[in-house]
Amino acid sequence: MDRPGEGVLLDVRGVTKRFGGLVANNDISFRVGAGEMVGIIGPNGAGKSTLFDLLTGFQPADAGEVLLDGRPITRFRPDEISRLGVARTFQKLRPFTQMTVIENVMVGAFQKTTDLARARRDATNALERVGLADKAESHARVLSTGQRKRLELARALATKPRLLLLDEVTGGVDLRSIPGLVALVRELNAAGTTLVVIEHNMGVIMDVSRRIVALHLGEVIADGPPAAVGRDPRVVEAYLGQAYVR
Amino acid sequence: MPRPLTFTAGLVALALLLTFPLVFTLPYPRDVMIRIFLYATLATAWNVLAGYCGQISLGHAVFFGTGAYTSTVLVKSLGLTPWAGMLAGAALAVALSQVIGYPVFRLRGHYFAIATIAVGEIVQTFMINWDWVGGARGLFIPIDRTGSLLAFQFRDKQVYYYIALGLLLLALWVTRRIERSRTGYYFRAIREDQDAAASLGIPVARYKQRAMAVSAALTALGGTFYAQYILFIDPESVLPLSLSILICLIAVLGGVGTLWGPLIGAAILVPLGEATRIYLGGTGKAIDLLIYGFLIMVISVVQPGGIMALAQRGRRRTG
Repeated sequence: MDRPGEGVLLDVRGVTKRFGGLVANNDISFRVGAGEMVGIIGPNGAGKSTLFDLLTGFQPADAGEVLLDGRPITRFRPDEISRLGVARTFQKLRPFTQMTVIENVMVGAFQKTTDLARARRDATNALERVGLADKAESHARVLSTGQRKRLELARALATKPRLLLLDEVTGGVDLRSIPGLVALVRELNAAGTTLVVIEHNMGVIMDVSRRIVALHLGEVIADGPPAAVGRDPRVVEAYLGQAYVR
Repeated sequence: MPRPLTFTAGLVALALLLTFPLVFTLPYPRDVMIRIFLYATLATAWNVLAGYCGQISLGHAVFFGTGAYTSTVLVKSLGLTPWAGMLAGAALAVALSQVIGYPVFRLRGHYFAIATIAVGEIVQTFMINWDWVGGARGLFIPIDRTGSLLAFQFRDKQVYYYIALGLLLLALWVTRRIERSRTGYYFRAIREDQDAAASLGIPVARYKQRAMAVSAALTALGGTFYAQYILFIDPESVLPLSLSILICLIAVLGGVGTLWGPLIGAAILVPLGEATRIYLGGTGKAIDLLIYGFLIMVISVVQPGGIMALAQRGRRRTG
């Protein structure tokens, strides 16, 4: 387990994060292969969003290492990690509200070009992929929550990432929009983007992911195919207990 | 407005501004216009950092003073033409802005604004106590009677008028260039949400420093112009907090983060300052500041986007 195997894109090794006395992430390790689609589950407070913050440089880890393509990125700044091809969305959406939808996405597209027309084309492409092209000239502040999710996704996509970290794709979105978003996530993965997805909707995550990492109280309690993780007694006890009683 | 119409309107406005001093030959109206141009330049420069990049500075007098003092000291000690001094002042202001920015940009929002006030006060106090550059007594720019363009001193206000107009056009052109570039998009993204900006690969600190550099350079040009126009500078006239605040007020009144906002703000506030000084007489200074304060309160309640936002709202309604 010491040398990164062939095709390992993201290698998380013993990452720990404490906030005062609270251990938000405790010795978390897992790997994500290139082209994989991994779901991260866990009840509220399990440390999922903190983990994303550590992976993308928004919080410094107290211990452990994060490797991208076998190269350590643990002390890197968020913008540096982004330019290495890791994009993320935020659980609490952060659109640039005083800019139009297309301008929002162009900010992402500018990572790969300085040319305005080229950025606009790339941004339009990204908006088409998420089905938001008709809103291109609207102000971001007038969008619904579901549309804002799509906007944030388009903005991240416009940076042309190799690894995309999605924090709650369907959270706060009306039920009718969920199938579209799920299909979109599948498409992205099929097109070669490696995905790590935090998701509360168990139906969605079990359906979409080929592998699931379950967190509880800041620790990895299961890592495997959805069916196995879904049957794992610790997972059932920690989290699925309530949701799977249907 | 459709593009060709805007262009024509711009040409007409420019033609009117160019012929103004030929029609109004008395010094006073020319002086008012010169000061509108100067303050519009300063507010436009401030707008690059505060309006587009969202970093509200209340210490911009530091860069104005840097421009004024650099050219003046160079002309007094080395006899260097103020034009070269102007460039040196801009270069020094850029250097200073980077040194100030490095620690101060670690602060966000109000804390950044407060820190810039502190920097401004420190620099002013420092200059008051630095005797070699005149201390609290200030510096007179040596009178040059040759009338040569190199001396940057003119009996006729007309020449100052055109120089000030040139500075304003330069500041507007720079802003326009930024607005239509990746840098402009990055500035606005940083203003809106710097964490989201960073997540998209924007080196936030570097772009803040860049906005600060452009803003400081343009402000310093205005400082040298002021020194050559008034021919006397002291810490009270080129480094006061009230100047930093006035620059901010002008941009806020006109509309921050818009190309024309600062110019509109200056075109209103400068004559207003004149009028209050004339009609409310005597002490003047405090009264016009009272009126500024009142205006700002009205704007923040009625239309936080400034006059530009009002204009855009009107246009949207009609078109």
